Amino acid sequence: MLIFHLGPLAASLFSLLAILALVLSFVMLASHWLKNHVYAFAAESWTIAAISASIGYYGHYPELYLIAVLTAIFRGTMLPYLVLRLVNRLDIQREFTPLLKPSSSMVLGAALVIFSYEVARQLGVALHLTDNIAVLALTCMFSLKLIGFLMMILRSEAISHILGLLVIENGIFLGSQILVPGMPDLLELVIIFDLLIIVFAFGMLVRLLKVHAGTTSSRGLQKLVG
Amino acid sequence: MVNFDALIAALWIIPAVAILLMLAIRRPHWAEYINFGNSIVVFGLTLTMLVAVPDKTLVTGAQLILLTPLGAWVLFCVGLVYLLASIYAIGYMRLLPEEKPRLHKYYALQASFALTMLIAPLMNNPGIFWIAIDFTTIVSAFLVGFEREAECIEAAWKYLIIVSAGLALALLGIILFYWGGTFTLGPTYALTWANLREVAPHVPETLLFLAFLLTLVGFGTKVGLAPMHTWLPDAHSEGPAPVSAMLSGSLLNIALLGIYRFLSIVDSGGYSVMGHTALLVLGVISLFIAGMFIVRQDGAKRMLAYSSLEHMGVLAIGFGFGGPLAFAGAMYHMINHSLTKSMMFFGAGNMMRAYGTKSMSQMRRVLRYYPVSGALWLLGAVAITGAPPFGLFLSEITILRGGILSANPWAVWVMATLLILIFIAFMNHFRRMIWGPEPEPGAVPTLRLSVWNTLPMWLAFVPILVLGLWWPEGLWHFFQQAFRVQP
Repeated sequence: MLIFHLGPLAASLFSLLAILALVLSFVMLASHWLKNHVYAFAAESWTIAAISASIGYYGHYPELYLIAVLTAIFRGTMLPYLVLRLVNRLDIQREFTPLLKPSSSMVLGAALVIFSYEVARQLGVALHLTDNIAVLALTCMFSLKLIGFLMMILRSEAISHILGLLVIENGIFLGSQILVPGMPDLLELVIIFDLLIIVFAFGMLVRLLKVHAGTTSSRGLQKLVG
Repeated sequence: MVNFDALIAALWIIPAVAILLMLAIRRPHWAEYINFGNSIVVFGLTLTMLVAVPDKTLVTGAQLILLTPLGAWVLFCVGLVYLLASIYAIGYMRLLPEEKPRLHKYYALQASFALTMLIAPLMNNPGIFWIAIDFTTIVSAFLVGFEREAECIEAAWKYLIIVSAGLALALLGIILFYWGGTFTLGPTYALTWANLREVAPHVPETLLFLAFLLTLVGFGTKVGLAPMHTWLPDAHSEGPAPVSAMLSGSLLNIALLGIYRFLSIVDSGGYSVMGHTALLVLGVISLFIAGMFIVRQDGAKRMLAYSSLEHMGVLAIGFGFGGPLAFAGAMYHMINHSLTKSMMFFGAGNMMRAYGTKSMSQMRRVLRYYPVSGALWLLGAVAITGAPPFGLFLSEITILRGGILSANPWAVWVMATLLILIFIAFMNHFRRMIWGPEPEPGAVPTLRLSVWNTLPMWLAFVPILVLGLWWPEGLWHFFQQAFRVQP
């Protein structure tokens, strides 16, 4: 299995890239300008594409090169472009109604990373992998997941929700590339599928929200309660 | 011997052709009848499949397709509800003349929704099952938002966001399950339910249970188990009535089938009690939340949506108890719930159109103005709360009996108490609608309901009465078989 026989260079490269992705999610957490948010997401997707490619190289999984290209094209270029277009069309430049200040949300994010590390460490102990790259991969996967949820909770713009969801999926991507690189056919499908769901459904609904509900902020969506 | 490959191919291709036809022809009346014809064919095919299903798991189609007794049963529920909803849709959508130009789109979406639900239960790969479930979400979100009012769009948005976020957790769970298997089967192996069950005994408890909890929460969001249920009352109450029936009567069953399959992996791992108890606890919480919200509900369809939450809770408890008796009760409950809930949504749709409001306090003297439809609706309410002599009474009693001998007998008492509470709350709402004050002079309903509006209610009512009076011997054997076979 890949995680058991990695050279020191490969292991540190993966660690560097995984941590870079994690740091980029903090950039997203701290910024209330939607454009920066989208750029950070694009950078994160490219980082994950780099992880795919390097795992393909070191682990001898040639099909991961294809995944890397698809990730870079779809998640790293097209999705950010489409979301930016949505931002411009709706004329929403920044998140106006965050629940917390950037600093407080970053502290919360840090707490979530520590929690994720604890969960990953427990799993590592159970699987006898305590000083393995797997623990880092699990930590990043859970952290991105929780940070994505945190972003969805703290912000109310529809576009922020979409981006939160994308961060969650980036997290799953990152972790699965390192943990189960042999599972690519499913991942390929998921990449294409994601694009479909994002472009098609969310874009359309956001515009309908604007037209029919008069708002794209979830705080305005209070007609249905109880 | 039935050729299942051909049967399954027909089950997918015929609806696909029907959808294309509807979109190509673009005439509302044509679309109505194409969809109706399609639903009859689909119902026939699912029925054939149910009758012919072998008493073992059947894997076919290059390892991609899995047919089990439980899966065939869930598919049959889909076919049944789709047929009823298609008949009702003709009557219901004709009451909305302003939607006529978009009607072919509506029917194409409804058929697509049915198609996605016919795909998911047959998937042998949990990852593709996940994708199929995600597809059902997208298609049905557009159906929920079909009427384009602010509330409908709001409901569709919440539905899409909450369920997608939940399903992302499930995907993480699936990846952890797969990872657990790589330690015994090597880095690359086929992701199938059978393989995951095979490796489960070698996966450490922490990893297996974490993966199961993630899938439970993820697909539990889709089932609408509390506390992940928040999208459910909105989506079920804001979509057109036939869509609500399909969402509630068939889609929830499919997601529950997924949970049960993951539960079977934990069972093979030897942590049966823990997995079952987790499902059971979510079921009890759902039942409690549903009860509380039904008591103070005013929206007719919202009340029914919370009732769906209640019944999914009952099903989760039934599967959570485990054991042949509770399992048989849960399977019987599935079909009874599908039929009864469809009928209730049809009745609610009729009354909403007739009185021009969703609020039950404005629907007054229902029986006087609509003796047939109103009476069926009232009988449906008696049935949905689990009172005799209807099918849900038998299935709930069976689940309770099965629970007494299970690892969690306490849940029997909680479940019984909450069911009684819900019965009282439902009857109180219906008492006010039937014997309450006269409608105000301007609000007397004048709408005439056509046979398309009442026929599907009869078609649902007769079987639930029959199933309540007589539990067919053949069905009992079928449930026992399904229990012995891996789901």
